[in-house]
Amino acid sequence: METIDESEVSEINDAGVTDPVKVGHTAMVDRDNRTTIGEILVDNPRMSCRDVNVYYGDNHAIHDVSLDIGRNEVIAMIGPSGCGKSTFLRCLNRMNDTIDICKVTGTITLDDEDINSKKIDVVPLRAQVSMVFQKPNPFPKSIYENVAFGPRIHGLANNKTELDEIVVTSLKKAGLWDEVKDRMDQPGTGLSGGQQQRLCIARTIAVGPEVILMDEPCSALDPIATAKIEDLIDELRQQYTICIVTHSMQQAARVSQRTAYFHLGDLIEVGDTNTIFTNPRHKLTEDYITGRFG
Amino acid sequence: MSNTASKSGNKARTIDIVYAGLRKRKAAERRFQLYGKLAIGLGLLFLSLLFGSIVANGYTAFVQTYMQIEVYIDPDRIDPEGKREVKELSRADYGGLVKATLRDMFPEVQSRREKRQLYRLVSTGASYQIREQVLQNPDLIGQKISLWVPADDEIDMLMKGHIDRKSAEEDRRVKDNQIAWVDRLLSEGRIEKRFNTIFFTAGDSRDPELAGIWGAASGSFFTLIVTLLLSFPIGVAAAVYLEEFAPRNKFTDLIEVNINNLAAVPSIVFGLLGLAVFINFFGMPRSAPIVGGLVLTLMTLPTIIIASRAALKSVPPSIREAALGIGASPMQTVIYHVLPLAMPGMLTGTIIGMAQALGESAPLLMIGMVAFIVDIPQGAFDPSTVLPVQIYLWADSPERAFVERTSAAIMVLLGFLITMNALAVMLRKRFERRW
Repeated sequence: METIDESEVSEINDAGVTDPVKVGHTAMVDRDNRTTIGEILVDNPRMSCRDVNVYYGDNHAIHDVSLDIGRNEVIAMIGPSGCGKSTFLRCLNRMNDTIDICKVTGTITLDDEDINSKKIDVVPLRAQVSMVFQKPNPFPKSIYENVAFGPRIHGLANNKTELDEIVVTSLKKAGLWDEVKDRMDQPGTGLSGGQQQRLCIARTIAVGPEVILMDEPCSALDPIATAKIEDLIDELRQQYTICIVTHSMQQAARVSQRTAYFHLGDLIEVGDTNTIFTNPRHKLTEDYITGRFG
Repeated sequence: MSNTASKSGNKARTIDIVYAGLRKRKAAERRFQLYGKLAIGLGLLFLSLLFGSIVANGYTAFVQTYMQIEVYIDPDRIDPEGKREVKELSRADYGGLVKATLRDMFPEVQSRREKRQLYRLVSTGASYQIREQVLQNPDLIGQKISLWVPADDEIDMLMKGHIDRKSAEEDRRVKDNQIAWVDRLLSEGRIEKRFNTIFFTAGDSRDPELAGIWGAASGSFFTLIVTLLLSFPIGVAAAVYLEEFAPRNKFTDLIEVNINNLAAVPSIVFGLLGLAVFINFFGMPRSAPIVGGLVLTLMTLPTIIIASRAALKSVPPSIREAALGIGASPMQTVIYHVLPLAMPGMLTGTIIGMAQALGESAPLLMIGMVAFIVDIPQGAFDPSTVLPVQIYLWADSPERAFVERTSAAIMVLLGFLITMNALAVMLRKRFERRW
């Protein structure tokens, strides 16, 4: 693992903490001044990213993002459209590999192992860091098969009984069991939007990941379904680390402990969610959360 | 104040202009729809003309004139030594028996010329029919048996009204005395039209009344089986690799362009390729369905690959992401999710490709499947022909009776094609998915 030495850390802190006024008053800072403000580091992180850059062909989508993701925390990533928050999220389990022209540089570690290295096999990585997508995307198969797919391909269950147990436990954890226990053999696509999304979460839980990445999981759902998912996220935090990308600042405020604000490919400000929303230090963050743009 | 007035005045004018132009717009709309209806009408008209003429020409081929004769299986002719040996029995002069029977039926016929005309009432197939019976049951020798045998194709044509009795005798193939004999048999109830089983069960023949499409249909069947077994797996594998795994670069672009080119290559070229490579180089048998199937595979592959790729493309990326997002390997993603969802589209493309292959004749001419083959092929290595080539061969034959058989064979081929295409449409409808 590549550790950053003390001087680097203090530099980052300097930029944010010692001179907040100067930075805060520059609405349109140029790129060189966009050093991340706030506490990018946490104790004993589950994942940590250092100097992550993402390029789509010639387009430099993410610039030098460094961020730690702690254990059993929900970290929300917010920012206007096209700011790179989803792209960054997809770096965390190498989903960007599926895009030919996408190139990711920098170090991303999961429990001290560099997952951005070419040597890492993405299959076990994605079993540890699994993803829930924006639009509920259950497989057009039965509810049971949807959840059983992950354990089956990874060989997590030795027999049918074990598999059944994993499926039931996962559905219970996702808060869907009571609603679907009588119709496990019906297609997952026949559920309502919110149920589909919880099914997708159950499918993710079933592979026993350590980190769950959620890319705007509620943007296609109504407020009631959203509330259920948010409650669920809060419960899941006991066991998993969750990174959630969201367009809704209220959602970020409700579910997360830490918030990261992205702007045009830069990580502008990271910090305790309460602090970010009540006392943003960077002008861009303040403008965004007060609804001046975005 | 004046500002609002002019504004409202403007508004009124806009609406006036809209109304003024409305009639013209609607007329244009109607005209536009009319063109479409005309185009469809024209298409349907030609289609019904085509089907109408084929059916009108061909439906009579499904019946055939049969004649009842009472044959005395003369032991002196068939088995003079009385050994009942199969070898002897199968070589015996059954034609002579038929001739003798006919002479008995019409004792007044004396001159050689008239006798020859008399013998022409019955198909040469009659003697084979008697031989079959005798070989099956040698006890028939010495008995008199009553048989319905196919009439000669000229008599068949006369019975079906394709020969005009009123025309001058020298202008028609059936002479006056033959007509008189037929009329007498008709009044005795010894001649009638029956369902033409020969047409559906026999191979090709020089005699129209003995010619059938079963040989060609079997040839088509074996050819298509070979084509399907080769082109489906190869096509699907190529499509899956290109669509799901291959990197996008100049080389794959080149492959894509060439697949599209291949789809546009005239089919006769594939025939020449088959002749040069499969027959001349690899020494495969001439006129065999295996070679035909190989050639048609080359022809069908682009169709299947293009259809399969389209089917794979239509599977939403969210399904792939869902599987990849929980750690499925690319192959597991494809096998468990993408392929099953794309399969109906792939099958539709394959059926359409097969229908094309079934109707193809040009490349098969080049590899010798145009030969005159009487035997019904028993496998992919036996010489055979295929339905469209059989149609081509019969269309070339001068006998009037082959005209209706050509049309009948076309009807059978069209029946297969319509069934296959209907199946493709049904599959598409049945498994159509909305995302």
